[in-house]
Amino acid sequence: MADTATTERRTLWGFLTATRGRGRLHWTDVFTYLYLFLGVVLMFGPAVWLALSSFKTQSGLLEFPPTLLPLGQIEVEVEGYDEPLLLFDVTMEDGSVRQLAQIRRVGIVAQMVDPAEPDVRIDVPIDQRTATREFRVAVENYTDPLERFNFLTFLQNSVIVTVVATLVTLLINSMAAYALSIYEFRGRNAIMLLVIGTLMIPITVILVPVYLVVTELGLVNSLWAVILPGAATPTGVFLLRQYMLTIPRDLIEAARMDKASEWQIYWRVVMPLAMPAIAVLAIFSIMWRWNDFLWPLIVLNRSEVYTLQIGLNAFQGELNVQWHYVLAMTVVTLIPVVVVFAFLQRFITTGIASSGMK
Amino acid sequence: MKSRMLAFASVGALALGMMTSAASAQTELRMTWYNDGIEGEVMQDLLDRFEAEHPDITVSLDVVPYSAILESLPVQLAAGDGPDVARITDLGGLSEHYLDLTPYISDPAYWEENFGPFLNWLRPAGDDAISGFMTQMTVTGPYVNRTLFEQAGVDLPGDGATWDDWAAASSQVAEALDIPIPMAWDRSGHRVAGPAISMGAHMFDADGNPALVDDGLKEMTQRLYDWHQDGTMAQELWGSVSGSTYLGANEDFANAQVVLYMSGSWQIPQFAETIGDAFDWWAVPAPCGPAGCTGMPGGAALVAMAGTEHPEEVGILMDYLSSEDVLSEFYGRTLFIPGHLGLAQGGIDFDTDDPRASHALEVFAGAVPTISPIAFELQGYPNNRVMFNALISRLGEAIVGELTLDEAYDRMTQDVEQQLAEQARDN
Amino acid sequence: MAEIRSDEKRSPLITLAAMPMRAVGAAIDPVFKTAQRVVGIGGMPYIFLLPNLCFFGIFVIIPLFINFAFSLTGGTNLFLSDRAYVGGEQYGFLLECENHFDTSSCREDRFWRGITNTMVFVVFQVTFLVLFSLITALILNRKIKGRGFFRAVFFFPVLLSPVVVALIWKWILLRDGLLNALLVSIGLERILFFVDPNWAMFWAIFVSIWAHMGFYTLILLAGLQAIPPDLYEAAEMDGTSKERVFWRITLPLLWPNMLVVIVLALIRGVQIFDEVYVLTGGGPGTATQFMVQYIYNTGFTNQVQNFGLASAASVLLGVVLFILTLTQLFVTRRRDRG
Repeated sequence: MADTATTERRTLWGFLTATRGRGRLHWTDVFTYLYLFLGVVLMFGPAVWLALSSFKTQSGLLEFPPTLLPLGQIEVEVEGYDEPLLLFDVTMEDGSVRQLAQIRRVGIVAQMVDPAEPDVRIDVPIDQRTATREFRVAVENYTDPLERFNFLTFLQNSVIVTVVATLVTLLINSMAAYALSIYEFRGRNAIMLLVIGTLMIPITVILVPVYLVVTELGLVNSLWAVILPGAATPTGVFLLRQYMLTIPRDLIEAARMDKASEWQIYWRVVMPLAMPAIAVLAIFSIMWRWNDFLWPLIVLNRSEVYTLQIGLNAFQGELNVQWHYVLAMTVVTLIPVVVVFAFLQRFITTGIASSGMK
Repeated sequence: MKSRMLAFASVGALALGMMTSAASAQTELRMTWYNDGIEGEVMQDLLDRFEAEHPDITVSLDVVPYSAILESLPVQLAAGDGPDVARITDLGGLSEHYLDLTPYISDPAYWEENFGPFLNWLRPAGDDAISGFMTQMTVTGPYVNRTLFEQAGVDLPGDGATWDDWAAASSQVAEALDIPIPMAWDRSGHRVAGPAISMGAHMFDADGNPALVDDGLKEMTQRLYDWHQDGTMAQELWGSVSGSTYLGANEDFANAQVVLYMSGSWQIPQFAETIGDAFDWWAVPAPCGPAGCTGMPGGAALVAMAGTEHPEEVGILMDYLSSEDVLSEFYGRTLFIPGHLGLAQGGIDFDTDDPRASHALEVFAGAVPTISPIAFELQGYPNNRVMFNALISRLGEAIVGELTLDEAYDRMTQDVEQQLAEQARDN
Repeated sequence: MAEIRSDEKRSPLITLAAMPMRAVGAAIDPVFKTAQRVVGIGGMPYIFLLPNLCFFGIFVIIPLFINFAFSLTGGTNLFLSDRAYVGGEQYGFLLECENHFDTSSCREDRFWRGITNTMVFVVFQVTFLVLFSLITALILNRKIKGRGFFRAVFFFPVLLSPVVVALIWKWILLRDGLLNALLVSIGLERILFFVDPNWAMFWAIFVSIWAHMGFYTLILLAGLQAIPPDLYEAAEMDGTSKERVFWRITLPLLWPNMLVVIVLALIRGVQIFDEVYVLTGGGPGTATQFMVQYIYNTGFTNQVQNFGLASAASVLLGVVLFILTLTQLFVTRRRDRG
């Protein structure tokens, strides 16, 4: 039984005395901070790298070694040339380095010109020049696809699916969990066994049968086809039931004495008490639905019902994967996750810790 | 009471909003499409113009990832939930779902004349249905980094050079300039088939049944195996994924890490964009073997589906899209090799001023007449993907050392037999 | 164990949501009241279960039966009525081996390689997942600055979709990726991670641990925080060493949570698919091709979509998962009693 006040005090106390302690560092202290440092690098680093890369141009992505920041080659206007020319750093024969603009390249020789003296043409072997670059963000990786597609429609569909599916899931799962945790009735064990037995069946292996059912119901190409099949999550029922088991029976008996209907007991007494577990399920449901890809891809084939995940993955062609778009669109789908996480992280982490997942 | 009304009203509004497509006087057609590059934008332009000319028809372009074309679309078609028109690559395999457009198009003779050989790919049953046309014809063949050849002082092998010549020359260049990958091939059974046919593979037995493994095929696969062992080809491309997963080396080639890259005509628009004039990427004619110098033809087709409720409108749409000037614009802007005989002969005005791209388009378009009849037959065979997949997945397993080459040959034969047997159960 | 935490300060969000919630509850109440009048209190659990069971029946139970029926048929047709009945042939085909200890002697060698790969994956993944979750939980349970921040850092990947997780890492591990750039910059050779079967398996395991560790860490953290502090205080007064405290107090009291973590990780490990599919594509060769990917390939990616064989394989997978789940049930039951 962890008492809040002592927890608070302990944390505060710990914070104040963290390094004073016995006056010397135990090896575990060093290890702790080393581990945490590595953890931050390893957990955040990859996502940050993805975000940085998504701002690089298509050719910038192909470079090795990759540059940390997105760079683009500088273009200059040179007198006498209609198009802007690309700027290079050129190592001259005498070893000096000059900035020249390239007119054209012929085989292994580049014809270049000094922007200051546009009349003199200089021939340079191409391995003597490197592109002069500056920091430039390839915003077009984002804007191109977003302009080309009905981004707002996709977003709206994703939001509808996520919100409606989460509400349906929360409602029916909590009702079932309520029945399974509060009442003694015939068949309860059988139903529990059913729930647990199917807890672990990956949807991937029953895709085709579920598709047949959805077809029979005439739901293909409607958002309901995405919302309904996953609504009765065994995970949710299990999690909520475990939590509701910890609710004192006296509260329910007292409510019955007050002539509350069973629905009122569920809605006004049990649900508020089960909030931490419901919050956990809500967050998981939001993540599941938002990230769902394989299933919507099969049941939705009209662009007006596409969710973001399908719409943004249309860049995977037969022969070319357009990495610059793939990375950018991955970041776009990540943004809501990060936002939700930033706002709710305290809720999520303490919620799981205090819910029945133990 | 009021709150209940409110709840009901909002649920109702939500439900309405989620129902698909409201009824209207217009006919709506659905076109399922995938993109390798900018072709989706071009098609959208053309459709906008079509809609302006035919105010009673709207066409919606549903862009999906390519994997959905291969994996989800067949299931959707089988369940009767498919689109009206789709861009597909499994030309023969999906033919049971095609609509015969003959009664709905204005001039079937125009179709026969200009799409004749490709129409056969769409009708493996041997009937005379007209179901669609090629959005692009593709030809497989190698590109070389000519700049690297020049820097290394190695001459490009000339006409009639064999695969061995090219492998040797590429290795020489790579060695001279310290390039990591002398030669790279797309990881695809389709890519291997052309060179194998050049080596004398027949692909079918005398009765026309698939016979994947023969001496000609072994000639080629043995070489591929050896090239992977001696470093001419990099393990990473073929070795790094499993099954029939496609992988290209276009990024490595664009990064000048590859001397010779065996791929196909569809890379042209991408190379023009990513490589530009950074080096001379040069398409060369298909290298030779004892039985010829052939690539594989291929491509994607836009086909009408039998499940449509508006065949007349689909006919009007297909008439429009297949008309000479519209198609000419489509091929020209997408840099696709035309799948239209008239346009192929007359030449397309390609929308590029990159000399390398123009040269590559010339080379690939010029390779069409040299394609072996076996290659055409294989491309038209409805179950060709069964053969390609068996070939590449088992060869891949041999190259990483999970199987010996001989075991791989047995498994290839077995895989093809098993899948065809499974299909035969339908009857 | 009954414990209702009141330490969550009511967020304004909840207070705000409470008002319409009450209205919705009041709106539905009459429906249930009528039902309660008809069936009585004893019948109410069935009413509450009904919606969930309906959905469950339609979208899980019926498909499971269809799936089983599929496994007894052959051909490529989608609708069951069009498919040819073949009895146990698909199972026979999967299980046919000359020598069951040599996967390459089996008719369907890929199925068996899928099984052996999955076993290797599960053994290593679960071991290290539990190990690192435990270390992380122990560290996060210490009195450190910014604990909330670090807890969030380790939990963050749990929220990413498997496709995104795989893309993030693929982008780092490619031949020209960040990791190779680092290796080259410190003077080492490039490593082609997806070409070497051992490296590929290593990264498949690593990435799946990266993605899921946060979840298990939190479960263990909950267990650690439930250990009464006076036990530690008593130990400290006795001058017991930290190591001894860990082995004698922490670990035994954490053991129930550990068991749950192990079993959950086992079950999820057997189901591994999306992340690895996008990351390695199952390669090199078939080195990281697992059970679920075999099923997916057989039913979907092959040109001849072999639903029968895929279903048979998934029924076999289901049996394995069912046994694991029963184990979990058994373990939790025993824990609850103990």
